[in-house]
Amino acid sequence: MLLEDPKRAEYDSEGVVGSPACGDVMRVWLKIDAKKDKIKSFKWRTFGCASAIASTSMLSLMITEKGGMKIEKALKIKPQDIIKRLGGLPDRKIHCSVLGDKALRAALNDWFKKTNQFDRIIVEGTQVIDPNTKVTEADIEEAVLEGAIDLASVQKRTKVGIGYPECLPKVEELIRFYREKYFGPEGHNSPPAPSLKLREG
Amino acid sequence: MSREQHYFDHAATTPLDPEVLQAMMPYLKEKFGNPSNLYELGRTANRAIVEATKTIAEILGCRPDEFVYTSSATEADNLAILGVARANKDKGNRVIVSQIEHKGILAMSEILKKEGFEVIELPIGEDGLLNHLELEKALTPQTILVSVTSADSETGTLQPIAEIAEVIKKFRVKNSSPFPYFHTDASQAAGYIDLNVDKLGVDMVTLSAHKIYGPKGIGGLYIRRGVSVNPIIYGGGQQNRLRSGTENVPGIVGFAKALSLCEKNKKTEYARIKKMRDALEKGIFKSIPKVVLNGHPKLRLPNFVNVSILDIEGEAMLLYLDELGIIVNTGSACNSQSLEPSYVLTALGNPYEFVHGSIRFTLGKTTTMTDVKYVLKHLPGIVKKLREISPLNLDLNQKEKRNEKTRHNKQTYWKLLGLHKTS
Repeated sequence: MLLEDPKRAEYDSEGVVGSPACGDVMRVWLKIDAKKDKIKSFKWRTFGCASAIASTSMLSLMITEKGGMKIEKALKIKPQDIIKRLGGLPDRKIHCSVLGDKALRAALNDWFKKTNQFDRIIVEGTQVIDPNTKVTEADIEEAVLEGAIDLASVQKRTKVGIGYPECLPKVEELIRFYREKYFGPEGHNSPPAPSLKLREG
Repeated sequence: MSREQHYFDHAATTPLDPEVLQAMMPYLKEKFGNPSNLYELGRTANRAIVEATKTIAEILGCRPDEFVYTSSATEADNLAILGVARANKDKGNRVIVSQIEHKGILAMSEILKKEGFEVIELPIGEDGLLNHLELEKALTPQTILVSVTSADSETGTLQPIAEIAEVIKKFRVKNSSPFPYFHTDASQAAGYIDLNVDKLGVDMVTLSAHKIYGPKGIGGLYIRRGVSVNPIIYGGGQQNRLRSGTENVPGIVGFAKALSLCEKNKKTEYARIKKMRDALEKGIFKSIPKVVLNGHPKLRLPNFVNVSILDIEGEAMLLYLDELGIIVNTGSACNSQSLEPSYVLTALGNPYEFVHGSIRFTLGKTTTMTDVKYVLKHLPGIVKKLREISPLNLDLNQKEKRNEKTRHNKQTYWKLLGLHKTS
């Protein structure tokens, strides 16, 4: 738990998942021992229900107990593991616990990017991006793979963000991410109409 | 486990009044007869229903045969909407409701649409009120029914029912037609407003017993004479064939007792509760920064405070308060079965992130100033704690920005309906 946002020098990477509109936001900061490939410290902030707060808190405990956790092991933590350590959650609260490990992976991805370990970056599959249309990240990925490489064409396929424009920045970010993943960073090898302006991320 | 309890969720349900329980007791025990039977035991039960209905009819200013008992306010809403629509299918196919109706009404629209009706959901202003000009625009000669809640169950905002009734009456005169009928769900408002059906100017009123210190499992619908309604439950033909099924005699007795007690104490309770509510509201705004009031600032039931406390989540607050014995409710998605935040608060033009931080206090008969002070003592600390671990810092003016968009959407909505020409 953190009472003040940490300063840049106090952590090596950070990750955020969720949006206030969806009801859950988690932000985590990691301090990583590069030599041992270990997470040394895990700081967090959570906006969300009790289950969400408890899940992040438990996750931070699991990561940092016994002198820190190996990144490989941390990447394997599933919501079910957190729930187990919590002693169970009511069924309709399970979804509140899924953000913890996602935030951790986001922070680790940030670390992988910073340390040029691109092969280790993990791609999330099933987070619902738009609660109205229930469009998931996987849907966006599929749309990009099918050649929809800008927002308009992805929207045409998925209707994402129509009536819920708040998620559009996230959608654009995902389109950029998958485009780079499948078609290269500068849009080489990309399908027709690669006329996209890349933004600094 | 026994601990101090400070119950602030009277809009969800209320505790049974001991006097009500006492009135019900004989009908749960020795006077258990079926009111349809002719022997003395049955006649006793029937007499109890007749007496109870007389009491309720007197309060509503209607005839006893204009009131039908149902299992709940939801069933009464269903009966009002489905029953009227089906019975008057040949007279028109448009039904108008507000966006903030109880689910017992909104859920009907899917069914009605399948049966060939057109359901118009009227948008609600940022102040929580239905604008009767918008109703005027939506009224057509094909409109058979209008349903607007007296007060919604989330913000307690009081809708201008009499004004809306005037609009409808004028429309009827102009078209020399008895349509549309006007229904209001007053289950949340009962106990605080004048329920006289002529003063309200309505044709149907939904009531519920458990919101007014009566038992659960009993509600009712006032249906003005001449309004044709099809039953939605069929069987032995009880209650003038409108609602088959053996009457819930103890429930009915309790319902009538509860309503008459509420009417008797209305004036003093209204003043007492409003005073405490105002103290609670003022206290919250004074001790906690970044708070937004949901609903109309003045035209509201005297027992409602619904606020959005920004940057934190309602359910986390709810559980912290529960730990201290303070029982409240929230419009946050985490608290609902559907994972969608409150549609009522969203309809008022609140961004989702505001709705997630909403918390509703509803006071009642058992509430005292000590309860209010207890809340004001503990709530600021809980908010502070949750804000300290929250990564958010929302903009208080976000609602304003959002509402410009909503206004635009509303205009588009009317254009889509093709109704802007008639204004």
